[in-house]
Amino acid sequence: MRLIEEFQHRDKVFDFMMPNTSPALDVGQGYLLYLEDISVSFDGFKAINKLNLYINEGELRCIIGPNGAGKTTMMDIITGKTRPDEGSAWFGQKINLLNMSEPEIAQAGIGRKFQKPTVFEHQTVFANLELAMAGAKGVFTTLMAKLSSSQLDHIDHVLGQIGLKQQRNLLAGALSHGQKQWLEIGMLLMQNPKLLLVDEPVAGMTHQEMDRTGELLTSLAGEHTVILVEHDMDFVRSLANQVTVLHQGSVLAEGTMDQVQNDDKVVQVYLGE
Amino acid sequence: MTTHPQMYEGIFNKSTIRFLAVLIVVALAVPLLNALDSSNPLHVTTYTMTLMGKYLCYALLAVAVDLVWGYLGILSLGHAAFFALGGYAMGMYLMRQIGDRGVYGDPLLPDFMVFLNWQELPWFWHGFDQFWFAALMIVLVPGLLAFVFGWLAFRSRVTGVYLSIITQALTYALLLAFFRNEMGFGGNNGLTDFKDILGFDLQSDATRMALYVASAVALGLGYIACRMIVTSRLGRVAVAIRDAEARTRFIGYKVENVKLFIFVVSAVLAGVAGALYVPQVGIINPSEFSPLNSIELVVWVALGGRATLYGAVVGAVAVNYAKTYLTAAMPEIWLFSLGAMFVLVTLFLPKGVMGILQRERPDNDDSDGNNLDNGNDLDNSGVKA
Repeated sequence: MRLIEEFQHRDKVFDFMMPNTSPALDVGQGYLLYLEDISVSFDGFKAINKLNLYINEGELRCIIGPNGAGKTTMMDIITGKTRPDEGSAWFGQKINLLNMSEPEIAQAGIGRKFQKPTVFEHQTVFANLELAMAGAKGVFTTLMAKLSSSQLDHIDHVLGQIGLKQQRNLLAGALSHGQKQWLEIGMLLMQNPKLLLVDEPVAGMTHQEMDRTGELLTSLAGEHTVILVEHDMDFVRSLANQVTVLHQGSVLAEGTMDQVQNDDKVVQVYLGE
Repeated sequence: MTTHPQMYEGIFNKSTIRFLAVLIVVALAVPLLNALDSSNPLHVTTYTMTLMGKYLCYALLAVAVDLVWGYLGILSLGHAAFFALGGYAMGMYLMRQIGDRGVYGDPLLPDFMVFLNWQELPWFWHGFDQFWFAALMIVLVPGLLAFVFGWLAFRSRVTGVYLSIITQALTYALLLAFFRNEMGFGGNNGLTDFKDILGFDLQSDATRMALYVASAVALGLGYIACRMIVTSRLGRVAVAIRDAEARTRFIGYKVENVKLFIFVVSAVLAGVAGALYVPQVGIINPSEFSPLNSIELVVWVALGGRATLYGAVVGAVAVNYAKTYLTAAMPEIWLFSLGAMFVLVTLFLPKGVMGILQRERPDNDDSDGNNLDNGNDLDNSGVKA
């Protein structure tokens, strides 16, 4: 009976109609992520030193920099794995990332892809995406779960995005290294994050695979905001987007790839290496 | 709306239907052949029927082990404990059914208590004169033990070989406890000398037949229950946990709860198997808790083939048939051949006997060339094209 009553409330918004992002997320000013004056030191070594970074909504931002520049530490701060010594980090206008735990940040809409791809090798590509899908994940909900047609369409949409439509029913273990990376990006997309942090997605890929990954990431920008950390300069150039160069824990230069490459300080850092 | 191709196998896939068909035939044919006149060459003796009933109970136990080992990746070396607990709950009911027909003729106390000079029934023996209560305990006691044990173990993230060792310790601890007379479960001798079940004489052919059919029905229903779990999304989460536990946690599943649920279901199935086993063999004693029993039943599942369910049944029946035959014909050979079987299967048939059959049938699951993984992996996780 309670169920019927529930359906009679005309103003009720059912869970599946709710937007998947946190209601607190307010991007009214256009910025999705603010990092201001962030500093972290490990045993006296300043991994991040007064870092300022602003990411627009829908942007695809590449972060480059030599080893030890603080790229991964920056990701760790955004996802809550590392706490900065000082500074502030905001997701939209209202969400203070520094007060939140890792799962809370993930639920708020920040997804992260680690360097080494891990997919469920003995299950199909489709099942991998299904398992990652956003939604209730309790034991009994999962036991009774049925795929709705909108969920099916969503999975098919993501399959198209990551270019694995043909491999839908293939076991994930049979995919190539590059395809596994795409599948993992797809699993990230199924969780429907607002901000995607992608760490070196093209490591170990062939040139063709790199091209496709570039297309994939470019197509994701807009719908999602993507922060890409990458070593491979050619790959970053092919994306032709805003580039931020990190050096010794702070921003050295920002701009398009051409601007950055002609920047004296950047040339010095890279040639001096 | 566009129609989507069938992505996952249903509960009643080809192998399940085939298995259930064979089970129904066996469940019907044996009692019918038993009912034939004993001069008829096709006559099946009651002894054989009871023996097969015992195998069916073992098969259900093996299915329970396959559920946690094959699909969830938990190698339990203590599942015989849940089987024995279910058996003891049934044994206590059967003891109370004896009434005053025991050797000492006490209307209330079972013989062993009179022998130990006990004056009254221990509190935990109350209620077991009612079948419904015993039936509840058959489910509840193994389930509760699995719940408490699993809750502690999974929450502490005990996995792999460490978990196997503590399950082994669990069954060994229960073995020692049940050996003690003051525990009130008949000590070394256990519970035996049963007379009736639900008022029917346990020695009569008709009761034996009913117990045989009940075992077959329990196996069928347990099998379907396991299929329901492994073909659900929860089953896919279980396989994900088996293959990459940390990753499963990372995409938002509470791994501990999934493990706990499946472990408890498996323990309950094992308990039911034990409860059906005891009236057919006529005795339950602490040796059922023996760590060796748990290891042996892991061998059944490995031999039949993990993560198939029917493989577990085939393994249980085949090994136990061999055991019955060899322990009678060449008793000293049996343990060597059990060990040899396990070694050979591990080395040469990582997917068990059922793995060979699958390889020979090209229409099975390798049709889309996805068999890049080598033989010692577990696939057949219930997800096929």
